[in-house]
Amino acid sequence: MTSPEILRHTQATGDFTRMLESVPYARFIGLHCDRFGDDLIFRLPPKDQNLGNPILPAIHGGVIGGFMEVSAAIYLMMSQDTFRMPKIVDFSLDYLRAGLDRETFAECHLTRQGNRVANVMITAWQKSRSKPIATARAHFLLED
Amino acid sequence: MTDRLRMDRVSRFINTLNQARELGLTVSDASEEHLVLCLPYSEKIIGNPDTRVIHGGAITTLMDTTSGSVMICALPEFELCPTLDLRVDYMRPAEPDKPVYARAEVYRMTRHIIFTRCEAYQEEGETVAQCVGTFMRIGKESTPKAYRDLITGGAE
Repeated sequence: MTSPEILRHTQATGDFTRMLESVPYARFIGLHCDRFGDDLIFRLPPKDQNLGNPILPAIHGGVIGGFMEVSAAIYLMMSQDTFRMPKIVDFSLDYLRAGLDRETFAECHLTRQGNRVANVMITAWQKSRSKPIATARAHFLLED
Repeated sequence: MTDRLRMDRVSRFINTLNQARELGLTVSDASEEHLVLCLPYSEKIIGNPDTRVIHGGAITTLMDTTSGSVMICALPEFELCPTLDLRVDYMRPAEPDKPVYARAEVYRMTRHIIFTRCEAYQEEGETVAQCVGTFMRIGKESTPKAYRDLITGGAE
């Protein structure tokens, strides 16, 4: 995990496999990440174990939150050039639509980075980016 | 409704949620005013392998599930209430190898909205995270009767 080598490998190749393998929770929910130029798109393929509401069926709201949270942390690690998991301070999550049992995407945006704290916006969607299923805002503490 | 019945209803409900089963969530305590769920420690939900501290996402799921089930304890009949929003404050990392508990309560209930608060803590009593949430009441008729009966135990 504390291997700067994995970070360098990820930055050089754009292949997030090794990085995501090193975070058990990311493996647990089945997180993927792809790089397009400078942009990162996080992806959560459908997975039975991630479901909550069995009637719809829908992804558990907590998993959608966890997906957005871990995506924001990895996004920040990449933009910070550090391989330490940033410390999350708070997380504010709005659910806009049910997250159905299908592929889910997320992208992050660094709204503001100060010396000690970073503010990250996260948007998650499924079929269409113009119909987000959730938006979130997180503050992270940056360690020196 | 007795507290035993409340615990049974919540247990049956969280057992229908795959992710709650996957995390091993169990009911620790229930009354008309509150609900306590327990998240056992496990290696698979670690966020930082250096410290072995579990990821905030697992705590979010614990708190979302507890806050989203506490109304089962307060309402005579089961109704599914989708989450509108959650705000989680992480006070300190959860100590590894120990379970995390979440205690939720409803502090305001209206015809359409339920306001909850929830605290996550470990055995020593130190708060790990705090969460406030709002849930929407979509009415019991929005949930199929067969599913409602499964949770309430039919004739009970």
